Amino acid sequence: MLAELWSNPAVQTLTWALVKVLIILHAMLGVVSYLIFAERKICGHIQARVGPNRVGPFGLLQPIADVLKLLFKEEFIPAGANKVVFHIAPILAVFPAIVTFSVIPMGPPPMFVVTDINVGLLLFLAMSSLGVYGITLGGWASNNKYALLGGLRSSAQMISYELAMGLSTIPVLLASSTMSLVGIVQAQAGAYKVGTIAGFDLFLPNWGIFHWYLVLPFVIFLITAFAETNRAPFDLPEAEGELVAGFHTEYSSMKWALFFLGEYMNMLVISAIAITLFLGGYHGPGLGIGGGGFWDPGPAWMGLVWFMVKLGAFMFFFIWVRWTYPRLRYDQLMNFGWKVLLPAAIVNVLLAGVWIFLKGPRA
Amino acid sequence: MIPLFLGFAAMLVITSLMVVLHKNPVTSALFLVLSFSSLAGIYLLLHAEFLGMVQIVVYAGAIMVLFLFVIMYLNLQHDVETGVQIAVRRGIGWLAGAVLLLAGATLLRRGWALGPANEMLPDEASGNVAAIGKVLYSRYLFPFEITSILLLVAMIGVIIIAKGRARSAGETT
Repeated sequence: MLAELWSNPAVQTLTWALVKVLIILHAMLGVVSYLIFAERKICGHIQARVGPNRVGPFGLLQPIADVLKLLFKEEFIPAGANKVVFHIAPILAVFPAIVTFSVIPMGPPPMFVVTDINVGLLLFLAMSSLGVYGITLGGWASNNKYALLGGLRSSAQMISYELAMGLSTIPVLLASSTMSLVGIVQAQAGAYKVGTIAGFDLFLPNWGIFHWYLVLPFVIFLITAFAETNRAPFDLPEAEGELVAGFHTEYSSMKWALFFLGEYMNMLVISAIAITLFLGGYHGPGLGIGGGGFWDPGPAWMGLVWFMVKLGAFMFFFIWVRWTYPRLRYDQLMNFGWKVLLPAAIVNVLLAGVWIFLKGPRA
Repeated sequence: MIPLFLGFAAMLVITSLMVVLHKNPVTSALFLVLSFSSLAGIYLLLHAEFLGMVQIVVYAGAIMVLFLFVIMYLNLQHDVETGVQIAVRRGIGWLAGAVLLLAGATLLRRGWALGPANEMLPDEASGNVAAIGKVLYSRYLFPFEITSILLLVAMIGVIIIAKGRARSAGETT
């Protein structure tokens, strides 16, 4: 009976997808709690402090203490709040990030990707555009003027920067001529010869940013990524100096933690997408592990390792920037988004289109 | 497929009704987002992945956010329920609804035959993104460009109207 059911390919696909989803979900929850720890540690060192170091060796058990503290805190709902929306908003802040992870190839497919759909990139754009709701509604439902201001700021900011982000992904599509994230990564496999220096062949990986027309989109994508995740220097929606804490002023206990979780999950997702589009995804030199040459991809798990290494570097970059740069003023933010990023992205789409039409995508 | 379709269709009908029936404008707008999402789900079931995703990006992600933005800004609490104008508007609404219901009933009473099983279905690998692109930039290029120009004109118009108002406001103060 069970064997008969298992022989159905649809059942197999569904079961494996569910298993992968469960693994990703729990891994992400664990990673996020340690990301917060890393953020506190790195911020401490940047500010010439030590950071949390009391709970466990090197403070490694600090995340557990943090989560327990949040769980036991009183949950407060302000008078006059729209109760239903107040409860839904934190969920809306988390779910788009989790959904997007289902199409990201974290290693060679089909093993390390939940599903490969031919509109993977569009799914990411759709989910990031839905990400506005959590923050905006959270701010509105709190019935607090600071929260509302934070929420409105966030929606204006995210809509403005979404355009530049969408346009910055178009050259990638032109280069790989597919919208499937797996296809985009596979188009970046291998290495190409740059030239010969002193009789020595010089190779570069075939990643997106090693093609000149994808350098500017990468920079634009990175900048908009900070705006989309509401991280410094674009953290105007929370701006603790002027808006108390912005959209989550009235949130407490685990609901507040969900907003926090959403922010870090969004960082993870947007970094993973940046890696997939511009940094070769899970591709990387196998370094001769598994018997191949230096540029051979090596065994499948090497792909996962490379992906995680890149993801870690990105997360460090996010944290580094947050504790280094001051916040932009609101008019600066809007001017920069509409008058610098958007025109630059459009011009780059044109240039990349002409170049790819004349010379082919991999030149 | 059938249970999925029934689920999405039921959600579409219920959320669309809630958009009209709910008193709170913000909740109505949220139900509209849900109905757009269920419509996107139906598109996905029809193998129109591109259309489904664009439905979410454009309608749920951009247009409804702006709607919500405006509703929150105006701080509307409940519908205005009284007044002659409202009564007239409601009467017209009932009339339009009745006509629509009649049209729907007559359409549904006709015997519909199932068409041929989708001849135009593109191959699974490249999906319909490539197919839509090809058709859009060859056969339907002219309507496509006209639509773009229409949108551009609308955009310029909005900017000029907004700028003009700001200037006149500056002169009076």
